Amino acid sequence: MRTLQIIARWLDDRLHLTRLWNETAGHKVPASSASWFYVFGSATLVCFIVQVLTGALLAFVYVPSASQAWNSLEYLNHAQYLGWYIRAVHEWGSTFMVAIMTLHMIQVFLFGAYKFPRELTWISGVVLLLLTLGMAFTGQILRFDQDAYWGLGIGASIVGRVPFMGGNLVQLLLAGPIIAGETLSRFFSFHVFLIPGLILALVSVHLRLVLAKGINEYPRPGHPVVKETYPDEYEDLLRKDGVPFAPHAIGKDLVFAALVIAGILICAAVFGPKGPAGPADPTIIDTNPRPDFYFLAVFAALALLPAWMEVVALFIAPIVLIGFLLALPFLFNTGEKSWKRRPTAVLSVIAIMTVLGVLAFMGETSPWSPRMDAWSADPIPVQYLRRRTPLQVRGALVFQNKQCRNCHSLGSTGGKRGPALDGIAGRMTDPEIVRQVIQGGGNMPAYGKKLRPAEVDALVAFLHTLVESGTSAARDSSIPPRIEPH
Amino acid sequence: MSDTARESDQGKEKTKGPSRRRWLLVVGVVLDGIAGLLLAIPLVGFVFSSVNNRKDPRSWIALGALDSFTEGVTKLATYRNPFTRPWDGPTANIACWVRRVQGNRFQVFAVNCAHLGCPVRWFQESGLFMCPCHGGVYYEDGSRASGPPPRGLFEYQYKVENGQLWIKGGEMPTLSNPA
Repeated sequence: MRTLQIIARWLDDRLHLTRLWNETAGHKVPASSASWFYVFGSATLVCFIVQVLTGALLAFVYVPSASQAWNSLEYLNHAQYLGWYIRAVHEWGSTFMVAIMTLHMIQVFLFGAYKFPRELTWISGVVLLLLTLGMAFTGQILRFDQDAYWGLGIGASIVGRVPFMGGNLVQLLLAGPIIAGETLSRFFSFHVFLIPGLILALVSVHLRLVLAKGINEYPRPGHPVVKETYPDEYEDLLRKDGVPFAPHAIGKDLVFAALVIAGILICAAVFGPKGPAGPADPTIIDTNPRPDFYFLAVFAALALLPAWMEVVALFIAPIVLIGFLLALPFLFNTGEKSWKRRPTAVLSVIAIMTVLGVLAFMGETSPWSPRMDAWSADPIPVQYLRRRTPLQVRGALVFQNKQCRNCHSLGSTGGKRGPALDGIAGRMTDPEIVRQVIQGGGNMPAYGKKLRPAEVDALVAFLHTLVESGTSAARDSSIPPRIEPH
Repeated sequence: MSDTARESDQGKEKTKGPSRRRWLLVVGVVLDGIAGLLLAIPLVGFVFSSVNNRKDPRSWIALGALDSFTEGVTKLATYRNPFTRPWDGPTANIACWVRRVQGNRFQVFAVNCAHLGCPVRWFQESGLFMCPCHGGVYYEDGSRASGPPPRGLFEYQYKVENGQLWIKGGEMPTLSNPA
């Protein structure tokens, strides 16, 4: 026992461990900051550590080569002992990391922690957010399946739209004129060396700033930040009400960290790893590329925005958004911190998260995409075929054969690109239907060249029967209705 | 903390005025600047090589005998990308849509949607190309029919020689390099 004490004292003397502890983990924080709302930052770091550990293990087996990457992932999934589980933990770790980082950011925003004098803490956090999203994007490329290949294609198409230097940027992104072996190696280097290195450096800066400027006290309504008095107030607070972060305030962080790790492990065990989907062979046309959930909102926005807004959304909006995030602590440098006195802040968070959530949901369901197999896979509901004339049944056949179903649903199956046609005859007269089919319009292609007159007749005869019960067929109001004789 | 501060204070006193120490500091910074520049030149040159050494990566590629393409039919053809590395694997297999209009008149479309590059699929019955990503649709001649694409499908240059159909490929078509 005495020997151990001597060794410990010697180490402490040589390494200054007590001093290090007192200046870092043991630094004083306001007692009010020992709150469940303050656990998200440390939990994000915990996720990052999980990612580093599992990522390093995956690199034991993963081959960063376009010809072998996909095979090595299949090997990890099926042949390597626990390979599937490490992949799953890495995948779920990233999901948790992005989610918890978002919570951390919302909390910091709503508690006014970005205000004077913690502007740089916020700014380093914004850069960390961008780097983490960079990890998410490069990570899904390393999966090197069809989603990754076409995701790269989308990335290249986006940078290809940059005015003047688009072509050069595509070459830089893809490391050549086309997606190939060097493209994957480049993304591997970014995902495994460059971005994690930057994250480590910036996390150090972020934590150093937390130590230098102190953790934000739990804001009280009616106590605005005033530049001249705040530093003294904060020091007073620490003197009167300060507790060492460890062991007094760290308890909730520790509990939450354990919950997060448990969450990752359980999700990984229950849901397993993601993909890889089909191999990155671009001759396999039959594919339905979707990004991971972090980018589904952007993916959806690109489908829903009108064409003229795309350049705005792709290039101007990110600059404005990131610029706004970086400028936020200077724009609202002082004043009220508590979210209870900042309705605009609360409403912005609700609005932004709602928009992102709805867009992500739409990205997942993609109602704007034609259902490629609906014309051959979804039969016409039987009630639409009962007691029909031969011409009408023939029209139903035309409807399926000409792939109308890929965009128009009947009986709620089929594409959602165009309107459902269950009650179409109640909304459009026959001549209107003919015009729409032949000339197209709105978002519908013109079928004039692809349909013979007899096919149009049959198709219209079929569509004419699609009236919802309780309503009547549409009619041209300029023609007086025929009065049925008694 | 205070130790280092004291040390640097002492240092300041000693480096006041033109001294050997001061001279070494200046020379050291300048030399390191030059060394850093010498290191940076190859690094930057390496990184930007894919942009700087840009020659036209495209070359003529045979897609197959003329007989394998029927008039009035659009079908998928595949080729091995000419700009390739031994470790490219299946990534270097590239597909394109070949439409034999009439006789030796062809249209060869890139599979990449003009919107954001996803692979469009051909539907013979309705004569449409449809994109699975954001719902872009094109007519059989490649012109835009509906959806977000800002233009029609990208078309490769083609030629007919020795009874073969050739296209000029090797580059991913984007709005800034339309095939």
